[in-house]
Amino acid sequence: MTSSPPSELQDSGSQYWRRNIRLLLGLLAVWATASFGCGILLHHFLDNYTLPGSEYPLGFWFAQQGSILVFIAIVFYYSHAMSKLDREFDLEEK
Amino acid sequence: MDVQGWSILLIALSFALYIGVAIASRAGSTKEFYIAGGGVHPVVNGMATAADWMSAASFISMAGAISFMGYDGSVYLMGWTGGYVLLALLLAPYLRKFGKFTIPDFVGDRYESSTARVVAIVCAIFVSFTYVSGQMQGVGIVLSRFLEVDTTTGVVIGMGIVFFYAVLGGMKGITYTQVAQYCVLIFAYMVPAIFLALHMVDTPIPQLGLGGTLENGTPLLANLNNLHQDLGFASYTSGSRATIDVFFITAALMTGTAGLPHVIVRFYTVPKVRDARRSVGWALVFIAILYTTAPAIAAFARTNLLQTVSGQAYDDMPEWFNKWEKTGLLAHNDLNGDGLIQYTGPNSDVPNELTVHKDIMVLANPEIAGLPNWVIALVAAGGLAAALSTAAGLLLVVSSAVSHDLLKRCLMPDISERDELRAARISAGFAVCLAGWFGVHPPGFVAEVVAFAFGLAASSFFPVLVMGIFSKRMNRIGAIGGMIAGISFTAGYILWFKFISPESSTPENWWFGISPEGIGTLGMLLNFLVAGVIHRFAPPPSNETQRMIEAIRAPGSTTK
Repeated sequence: MTSSPPSELQDSGSQYWRRNIRLLLGLLAVWATASFGCGILLHHFLDNYTLPGSEYPLGFWFAQQGSILVFIAIVFYYSHAMSKLDREFDLEEK
Repeated sequence: MDVQGWSILLIALSFALYIGVAIASRAGSTKEFYIAGGGVHPVVNGMATAADWMSAASFISMAGAISFMGYDGSVYLMGWTGGYVLLALLLAPYLRKFGKFTIPDFVGDRYESSTARVVAIVCAIFVSFTYVSGQMQGVGIVLSRFLEVDTTTGVVIGMGIVFFYAVLGGMKGITYTQVAQYCVLIFAYMVPAIFLALHMVDTPIPQLGLGGTLENGTPLLANLNNLHQDLGFASYTSGSRATIDVFFITAALMTGTAGLPHVIVRFYTVPKVRDARRSVGWALVFIAILYTTAPAIAAFARTNLLQTVSGQAYDDMPEWFNKWEKTGLLAHNDLNGDGLIQYTGPNSDVPNELTVHKDIMVLANPEIAGLPNWVIALVAAGGLAAALSTAAGLLLVVSSAVSHDLLKRCLMPDISERDELRAARISAGFAVCLAGWFGVHPPGFVAEVVAFAFGLAASSFFPVLVMGIFSKRMNRIGAIGGMIAGISFTAGYILWFKFISPESSTPENWWFGISPEGIGTLGMLLNFLVAGVIHRFAPPPSNETQRMIEAIRAPGSTTK
């Protein structure tokens, strides 16, 4: 498929690539919300609450542990979703 | 058996393990030497990446730093893990598909420019050497403290071990020794943490202990905030740094992490694109085990320290206090001569009499908590594993930058496979010796230079790689212009505040209140901006390069 001349300089070229970009922009938004949002910008506000079932101030928890757990979830979700997308477009490596 | 006996035994056993693994997995070709033959299982690679990434600083210093910084220490926790999200989504799968050996390989090929390649080589070598001297110093400190040899002997022993398996085994040897080192270091980190968690908050899971409750019914963190307030320290859970600075430092550490060559290159070693995506997730899991424990250790250790020491009589101090005083990491100066230890913060009227070095928090924690001798010795073996595994990964980047990028791709394209492998071994050996020399004669500004390494990786590699993958129009002029703008701005700012005029390095003088540690973020934005503007004035890359970009974006396609 890539032996044809490059498709015009448009980065939004193929359907596969557009779907990938949409997925990763969505996940980067989650990434930024957990760390820069909850862990930093909203930290003082969220500290008025505790993580349900524990004694963690919520903003502090996001900054020191919660965001890391969110990061792990994002990476595995992306890997899973992309494997599905590869299959759908028949782009799996043999 | 005493602590020293246990230390010798455990360190000797762990070294024997590493050497055994290295002999079983030595490299026979350049492909094996640079990327372990490209056949590493994603979970194994994740574990090796975790050991590669977690350095002596992560193991020995991070929990202690958080202990003193409280909330402000979150920049390390979020920064050094959040970068893996960027790596998984923006870099690792595409660089795996590109399928060559190094970062300069990609930069040079993608931008069709040997200038860009050379800039990347210089950055890779500089960043890696900065880091490796810190590791060697860590090896020296741990060996000298626990085996009671002098630091130089300690560094030489460490060099010998790294020399053996990095020069012999290349990436293949390093990968499997790093797996063994991960097991040693995580075991050594978790055992004292579990003991502490049981002791302080009565739970065997230290990660949960951070949100736990002390014996007297007060939550651990609330108790710590009260202690801090009484003694005049800033609140533990709120911190004292400006929000904008926390924001920029976190972003610089994240993008810097994603741009560090010794981490990226690990994802060249797995068989497929899909494995590269999954492998980043596993790496993050293995890293998170330690990184979610560190803030708990920090809070335990802080509470322990304040309760054991503050306001108590100097003569009543336990044995560990005097022992660590001898190392100079702990010092009491009885200013008012009352025989008590006043440990107070900047908001208190009572002058502070105690200075505590942050490294004590992990190294002496088992002693402070009264744990058995073998646990104390285990910490020594763990610290060594962390330092050695990181050092080996970095040395390999230096060696491949010299033998592959500089010799094979720039100076002597006709070099034979056998000669290239020999050149790789010689440059790895040379790099080990140079790193050892820096370990014995530390430049005295290692801590400052680390800010440099991250700032540089964030403001040069990260944007140049991301644009190379996500923009087909980005060309040589844009990339080189962006790198030069990003690096010179970042380097200039750090040089000014860290070396030329360190006395003026206060929040009032910083631009927008951003400290030199966080300036890499601004440098990165500048890089994107400059590249985005000036690439318009030059033609797009050749058809061949554009086809290559299409190929790295599609996992199953075959043309390069």
